[in-house]
Amino acid sequence: MVEAALAEAVTHSAAGAALDIEQVSHAFDIDGAELPVLSDVSISVEPGEFVALLGPSGCGKSTLLRLVAGLDKPRAGALREDEVRIKSPHPSRVVVFQDPTLFPWRSVWDNVALGLEAQGILKSQRHRVDAALDLVGLADFRNAYPHQLSGGMAQRVALARALVNDPKILILDEPLGKLDSLTRITMQAELVSLWQRKGFTTLLVTHDAEEALVLANRVIVFSDRPARVKADIRVDRPYPRHRGDPYLADLRRQILGLLGLDVTW
Amino acid sequence: MSTYSLSDGLASGAPRVSRAPLLAWVRESGAGVAASIAWIAFGLSCLLWEDVGDWSRTHSLGIAAFIVAAVALFGTVGADYLGSAGRALRQRAAWLVALGAFLTLWELATAKFAWLPLPFFPPPQSIIEVYTDDLPKLLDSVFASVKLQLGGYLIGAAVGFLTGVSIGWSRAVGYWVHPVLRFIGPLPATAWLPIAFFTFPSSWSASTFLIALATGFPVTVLTWSGVASVSSAYYDVARTLGAKPSFLVLKVAIPAALPHVFVGLFMGLGSSFAVLVVAEMIGVKAGLGWYLQWAQGWAAYANMYAALIVMSLLCSGAITLLFAIRDRLLVWQKGTVKW
Repeated sequence: MVEAALAEAVTHSAAGAALDIEQVSHAFDIDGAELPVLSDVSISVEPGEFVALLGPSGCGKSTLLRLVAGLDKPRAGALREDEVRIKSPHPSRVVVFQDPTLFPWRSVWDNVALGLEAQGILKSQRHRVDAALDLVGLADFRNAYPHQLSGGMAQRVALARALVNDPKILILDEPLGKLDSLTRITMQAELVSLWQRKGFTTLLVTHDAEEALVLANRVIVFSDRPARVKADIRVDRPYPRHRGDPYLADLRRQILGLLGLDVTW
Repeated sequence: MSTYSLSDGLASGAPRVSRAPLLAWVRESGAGVAASIAWIAFGLSCLLWEDVGDWSRTHSLGIAAFIVAAVALFGTVGADYLGSAGRALRQRAAWLVALGAFLTLWELATAKFAWLPLPFFPPPQSIIEVYTDDLPKLLDSVFASVKLQLGGYLIGAAVGFLTGVSIGWSRAVGYWVHPVLRFIGPLPATAWLPIAFFTFPSSWSASTFLIALATGFPVTVLTWSGVASVSSAYYDVARTLGAKPSFLVLKVAIPAALPHVFVGLFMGLGSSFAVLVVAEMIGVKAGLGWYLQWAQGWAAYANMYAALIVMSLLCSGAITLLFAIRDRLLVWQKGTVKW
């Protein structure tokens, strides 16, 4: 069964795009002073990989995601999606933010339809909206407004809004950070199964080492600001993974050590 | 446990049952009966004494008061058979009591015993007389006012909305328009009246311009602040989903700013009413403002009150309409201000 899931992930991997981050540096201007946030970051992501970016909070992980999404331009270096330079946002790279940021004036269905509407293809592709809502299990809430949803449901809608575009790279900026621990565990399992079924390349920013290890093929650990790649760890374990797996526990200890935590628990 | 207490309640409550229906009846229909009594008092106050002046509608008014009393009585007592109309009447019965009492006092204080100085405080029947005898002129005035107000308001709201969105969206437009707005906006639109009346070809176009100006300023400022305060996260989301700038304006900025826009439209409505009345009193030879002025000139105080009542109905009707439109467009918003 595990092999079947893996095989499925491999056969679908054509749906994902390769991502190359080449010697990227970035800085912010704050009151005239330059604050470096990324320093010479190079990461090469294979199509269909699930990569977790782990680092101390405020280290610049989210900035890197904004660069990958094309929302900001790097001061130095280049980012490429399938060899093509990333210059502006494109629906093949969709971001799910920490806050669901659903549009409160739109119903759940209309929120999910946003991407298709913005690209002008909603009329012929309405079924994709219904399919995305089915995928996250919220078909019954299509007419609800965001204020009527719980945190977990809202984040699911945000996920559906991203997935409806059939992204090649799914960018997740701590999307489960504000959820309660039960909802979080459920949604982690859902994310893995979505990734296995769809085969998109996934980039997940998190500050939770356990979450990174349960979800990703590869965990990249960043240093404090300005962020540099400190370690690039392969996680060769089949899915679904178990939190109690001694192999993962060992990796977790290593990672926390890299993050400067003396682990005795 | 609960079943015991239920049967206990039924047993010991038996003697109370006979009293309860009466109490319930008083609670439901008491106000209706009181309203009926108040209106009968009003009817009697019209018919029992001779008028101190010469008014032709006293008798009809008395009869009408009795009809209202009958409707109030049968409407509330028989509300159960009248559906939603009956329920609505019951809810408003307390107001009917107050209104009946007020009208009785008014009738006695003016038409019957002249406790209030007469030409300045006309009795109810003389105002009714205005509505029946001077109806064509009053309707003409209403029509003229509505036409002027609607034209100016719609122009002002549209221009204000477009200006507000442009300033909020484009830095270049903001650079040029913002100082002009700061300089001209706070000036009361009525201050332009003398200039407007000789620079514009007609008093009608001058007033339309002024009403538009009074409406446009608050609409512009609030639309602008609404657009400017839209969270950048919304734009980020839309951009990563493939939105072009036109989509960002039409489908993100404007819907997000709409609650602010309605506050602006509401404030604009208020200040444009003021301009309308002043413009009609000073320059335009039609409309309710002019009717008021004309009535004052002839010392026709009843006509003034009659026109004031119509004016207040129109203004509050316009605001009710605006709020109805807002509630329709902003169903997604919860806990909004009630009018």
